[in-house]
Amino acid sequence: MSFYDTLRHFADSYGLVVMLLIFLALCAWPFRPGSKNRNRAAARSIFKDGIDGE
Amino acid sequence: MRERGICRSRHEYLFNLTWINEARGARSYPLAKRTENLVQAESALARTGLWFIITILAVMAVATAADRAFAAQATIVAVIAFALMWMSAVRFDPVTSGRSFFKMPEGPSRYDDDVVRWGVVATMFWGVVGLLAGLFIAMQLAFPQLNFEPYLNFGRVRPLHTSAVIFAFGGNALLATSFHVVQRTCRTQLAFPSLARFVFWGYQLFIVLAASGYLLGITQSKEYAEPEWYVDLWLTIVWVAYAIVFIGTIIRRHEPHIYVANWFYLAFIVTIAMLHIVNNLAVPVSLVGSQSYVLFSGVQDALVQWWYGHNAVGFFLTAGFLAMMYYYVPKQAERPVYSYRLSIIHFWSLIFLYIWAGPHHLHYTALPDWAQTLGMVFSVMLWMPSWGGMINGLMTLNGAWDKVRTDPIIRMMVMALAFYGMSTFEGPMLSIKSVNSLSHYTDWTIGHVHSGALGWNGLITFACVYYLVPRLWKRERMYSLRMINWHFWLATLGIVFYAASMWVAGITQGLMWREYGADGYLVNSFADTVAALHPMFIMRAFGGLLYLGGALVMSYNVWMTLAGKLREEKPLTDASYDPEADRPIVDRPAAVPAE
Repeated sequence: MSFYDTLRHFADSYGLVVMLLIFLALCAWPFRPGSKNRNRAAARSIFKDGIDGE
Repeated sequence: MRERGICRSRHEYLFNLTWINEARGARSYPLAKRTENLVQAESALARTGLWFIITILAVMAVATAADRAFAAQATIVAVIAFALMWMSAVRFDPVTSGRSFFKMPEGPSRYDDDVVRWGVVATMFWGVVGLLAGLFIAMQLAFPQLNFEPYLNFGRVRPLHTSAVIFAFGGNALLATSFHVVQRTCRTQLAFPSLARFVFWGYQLFIVLAASGYLLGITQSKEYAEPEWYVDLWLTIVWVAYAIVFIGTIIRRHEPHIYVANWFYLAFIVTIAMLHIVNNLAVPVSLVGSQSYVLFSGVQDALVQWWYGHNAVGFFLTAGFLAMMYYYVPKQAERPVYSYRLSIIHFWSLIFLYIWAGPHHLHYTALPDWAQTLGMVFSVMLWMPSWGGMINGLMTLNGAWDKVRTDPIIRMMVMALAFYGMSTFEGPMLSIKSVNSLSHYTDWTIGHVHSGALGWNGLITFACVYYLVPRLWKRERMYSLRMINWHFWLATLGIVFYAASMWVAGITQGLMWREYGADGYLVNSFADTVAALHPMFIMRAFGGLLYLGGALVMSYNVWMTLAGKLREEKPLTDASYDPEADRPIVDRPAAVPAE
């Protein structure tokens, strides 16, 4: 099997599964328990500077 | 905010150390001043020497150039280097404090906004240039007599238009806003101020070399990556410097969380670096010539090109501008983004999906069928995160929808998001193979690109510039809010003319190309379709004229704001008031009829 074939088979088996898992984990991350306030604080963080930080 | 003497981090320690040194410097003024002058003189001398060497090298390149176009490009570099050498030498003056051309920030208590200001001005300038070039080539398509050979024919001005609007207008907007946003969201000054200045001026040199090269006939024939190898190398250097400044600023942040806009900017910077380097791998014919051969060939080259081309759309025109959306829309609406969670899902979905969508540019070509289908499927899936982002932006206005009526900047942002939603629906639809068989190579594609570029990128950039200008130049407001409204309507109407005419033109063209007669021959020749589209081409040029008109109104507005003027005008909304009618009813004697 050529190097290309090896890479190709890795890409459409383990590689694909690993990428999908990483993607799902990253999307689930902001929904972990107790993150609600952190998200709210992050969304509001840009308003901490009252008059545009000057 | 900060208490001096208490050091929570190494950075803060260094900050305090600088402060102490400044205080010490003030006590022992004369010695420090003399040393400073000496250092300045030395660095001015070194800079002059550096520019001198670059001038000499450029002149040598002119003399030994393999082709005339390369000689012309080297001349541009030589002239710029000579001008800079002269300027450095003039400043070789140990007596005055030698205010540098590349002025440094005033102190750690202020944001470093010089590059942002220059970037805003450059955005306006290149925007007008790029739109003008676009109007010119639209006129050329309608009236071919306007092809002035050889420098101003369609083939040379078209890449000038695309590069000017995408990389010069869009690129400067991204540069300016990213440096503005990263400082505000990290609550820290820009890292490496001199490198940031190099990024700005280096990027302008890239634009000038690319633009002049197109008119001289230099191209490596890759769409949206036309510049030749030496300009590509220069851009790589500038881009790495950009990444260092941006990442450096994030590292020295005072805010624990990295705001989501910075994620999008970071994705844009990192991915563009990768795309640019891989797509431009080429071997120059001569080190003093403008010709090179691309490393890939055939269908591999096509795939690499559209992997680059589509992700330039995805990460330059989408991720970067979404970063602007995620900061400036909440700021202008004065309420936080609708859902921070959605913004994170939006980010990761965009990153994971976009990179696979490129093959949809190569439907029904020599590219393997599975790759075409892969590109199509990922393009269709991409619809969801795109609309997630649009909804997130629009719903930020939840509870403040009245601002669409009262605030022309918000109105512009909402229209930008509406066009983002529209073109990210149209894109996946066009990528479906059966639709693509009708739309591919027709003007429908051009219409799609422009509803995205003019509607989304253009309007969100204009809105951000309107937000930035009064803040950067410390003005009360823009010179005229009513002119923003004018700009909004001119731009919107221009896009409607553009997109509608191109839809009609594209579908007409597609149907005419595939029409068979009873005897199995094609009914229409290519020239027939061109003749049929002539009215549409004129309507498109008219739409472009309106859009350019809007940009000119904006330029005037920005110019007057910079001049410190405020236009006397009626406020945009006010409940009506008529002092004449504001009276009690008085009993009057009935009129006596005349006898």
